Amino acid sequence: MRHRTTGLAAASTCAVLLVAACGDGGGSDGNNGGDTDAAGVTIEYWLWDSNQRPQYEQCAEAFTAETGIEIEFSVFAWEEYWSNLNTQFTAGRAPDVFTDHLAFYPTFVQDQVLLPLDEYIAADDVDMDKYLPGLADLWVGQDGSTYGLPKDWDTIAMAYNSAMVDDAGLSADDINTATWNPDDGGTFEDIIARLSVDENGVRGDEPGFDPNNVAVYGLSFENPSNSASGQTSWGNFARSLGFELLADGNPWGTDYQFDDPRLADTLDWFARMIEAGYITPLGDLQGVGFTELFNAGDVAMVTNGSWAISGLVGNESIDVEFAPLPEGPEGRWSMYNGLADSITADSEHPDEAWQWVNYLGSAECQDVVGEHAVVFPAVESSLEIGEQAREDAGIDVSAFLTYIENDSTFLYPVTTNFDQVTQAVGAAIDEILLGQRDAAEALTGAQTQVDQIMGR
Amino acid sequence: MAIVSARAARQHQHRASSGWRRLRRSQGWVAALFLLPAGFGFALFYLWPALRALWMSFTDYNLLRRSGDFTGLENYRQLVDDQLFWHSMWVTVQYVVINIGMQTVLALAMAVMMDRLTRSVIVRGVLVLPWLIPQVVVGLLWLWMLDPRLGLVNHLLEMVGIGGQAFLGSPDQAVPTLAAINTWRFVGYTALLLFAGLQMIPKQLYEAAAMDGAGEWRMFWRVTLPLLRPVLALVLVLSVVGSFQVFDLVQVATGGIGGQPGGPANSTLVIYVYIFRQAFNFNQAGYAAAMSAVLFVLLACVTFLIMRSLRGSRSDLA
Repeated sequence: MRHRTTGLAAASTCAVLLVAACGDGGGSDGNNGGDTDAAGVTIEYWLWDSNQRPQYEQCAEAFTAETGIEIEFSVFAWEEYWSNLNTQFTAGRAPDVFTDHLAFYPTFVQDQVLLPLDEYIAADDVDMDKYLPGLADLWVGQDGSTYGLPKDWDTIAMAYNSAMVDDAGLSADDINTATWNPDDGGTFEDIIARLSVDENGVRGDEPGFDPNNVAVYGLSFENPSNSASGQTSWGNFARSLGFELLADGNPWGTDYQFDDPRLADTLDWFARMIEAGYITPLGDLQGVGFTELFNAGDVAMVTNGSWAISGLVGNESIDVEFAPLPEGPEGRWSMYNGLADSITADSEHPDEAWQWVNYLGSAECQDVVGEHAVVFPAVESSLEIGEQAREDAGIDVSAFLTYIENDSTFLYPVTTNFDQVTQAVGAAIDEILLGQRDAAEALTGAQTQVDQIMGR
Repeated sequence: MAIVSARAARQHQHRASSGWRRLRRSQGWVAALFLLPAGFGFALFYLWPALRALWMSFTDYNLLRRSGDFTGLENYRQLVDDQLFWHSMWVTVQYVVINIGMQTVLALAMAVMMDRLTRSVIVRGVLVLPWLIPQVVVGLLWLWMLDPRLGLVNHLLEMVGIGGQAFLGSPDQAVPTLAAINTWRFVGYTALLLFAGLQMIPKQLYEAAAMDGAGEWRMFWRVTLPLLRPVLALVLVLSVVGSFQVFDLVQVATGGIGGQPGGPANSTLVIYVYIFRQAFNFNQAGYAAAMSAVLFVLLACVTFLIMRSLRGSRSDLA
């Protein structure tokens, strides 16, 4: 999941640890001294999604009132977040607690910069079953230790401009029951062709459609080379052909399968659709981004994660509906991912940091997360509050939940060196979607590099 | 002029008595004292980190583990085989050639026009305005303006009938686009440097040339350019070295908002972005240091070649 902000997240880079020795409980003068007294300790907390800051600030307020521990927030945009974190780790000034992602935490575990939480979990008798099934297991390292407490989860679905769907003579039912395969594209290809309109008003399925002068594209998604998981686009389509990214199991597999013909078929289909003018070309995704295109009415339908719902309904003049991804030969699948809060091994106040992490993962704070309705909370009981909040706002997001109900989710790849894998695979995917190279050939080359990275 | 004064100084030295020499030596001490603060900064912030990085390049230093073992020339061997390293070098060279070519020609034209036509302080002020904007802001500004579908530039191009371009979204256009953005930012600044150089050329030479019947074009080639050569060499060295080190513009403006910098398909992966990625995304500081070391040697060679071929340390005015 890439919870990210489209704007520039204003970021405070100042990292000051304030430890108050004075026992008046609440004073935070910068005196270094005894840290047995939790009151007056300041915990630094990092996240990357500025949309989520208000909900956690509300949690922090209640937490500080209860414990006297102050929380200092820093928000960095996704693209700076991880390199900032790496440099702060190096400088020994990493935040006490930070929002962690499955793509990055295996490397952190490998380099021993995270604090194992097992003792704290045992001591406080945390009920790990309160989380949605599978979420807590994702954060158990290869050494059997837990490195994060779940805080939210996400799946992928489609958002469409319902006025455009009506104009095309399509119904919500058509989209909800769409089928897909890489050979003829199923009814899904018919839908995105029908939704595409060129500058002369000719639809994609009508003769004379000009793919080089498209006014409205049928489908768009985030830059598909951003992550070797294909989380918000090709990954889910390939999975509906039965494709598995890792042959030796996920989490902690090392045997990537980028040269699988099913993945090549999927990406070839995407490349064909781009050429046909039904999907935004890669060049259009290198600018301000597909969400802006959707909000500007240049795109009729997008696939994206549940974290982005608020961004997709951002333009009030557009009536947006959600639908699950199309059904492939092997079913309807969505990648399933969750974030967690981790504590850094360098933290000077691990006990207080744990209290904050535990509070973030508690039903109390998760209820607040549900009320704010930006992401789906990881605690099952809080999820209902979130659904209610969205229903009150008139947004039906049940499409994102169908996969959980039908047990048709698959996990985000949890492996070491994922960033390097993304570099190798991302360039290959760019080449395929630009029409420069045949998918099978490009992916075989990428796989060789990936095997090298994974030490196979 | 520099040579004349140096010769004079040497003659002076020959005549100097032993008392003079003692004073000169004490002047050396005073000079050293004045240089001390700058030297301290240089040693602390440049020399020491550079030496440390050089040492790091012989280790497998990992940024997160904050340690590394000595591996000898392993990083350099790996570098020779790293296709992406050579690719990024090639991308950088393309960028530098387009950037410096465009920038220098435009800046020279602007400087000559300023010198011959106007002395307006306002014009000079306006010229350096883009240079005052931080590079990150420049990157974001152009990213928005050049957006293929929603950007202002394509909107204008379509209005005049040229049709939209992909700019940063196209592997073929991305590097020239970046070079053009950087030219936009630096051309005024470069023009001012050259303008200062032009003002050192004695006006009577132009008068003499005009009396001999030379036109503006001929004067430019026969008077201006040869006499500007030392300044031009310095400006070239500064801008070439600066251009090689392009980083923030590419990091911000490519791959789209929230995307992987260096895209599409690694077409804008300049060497600094690759070094940054290895060091701060992959935590392979040792390998990144080895690449930096190679770049350092390369830039030293380029500087030497430019100074040498343009005889940058000597002036024809003497």
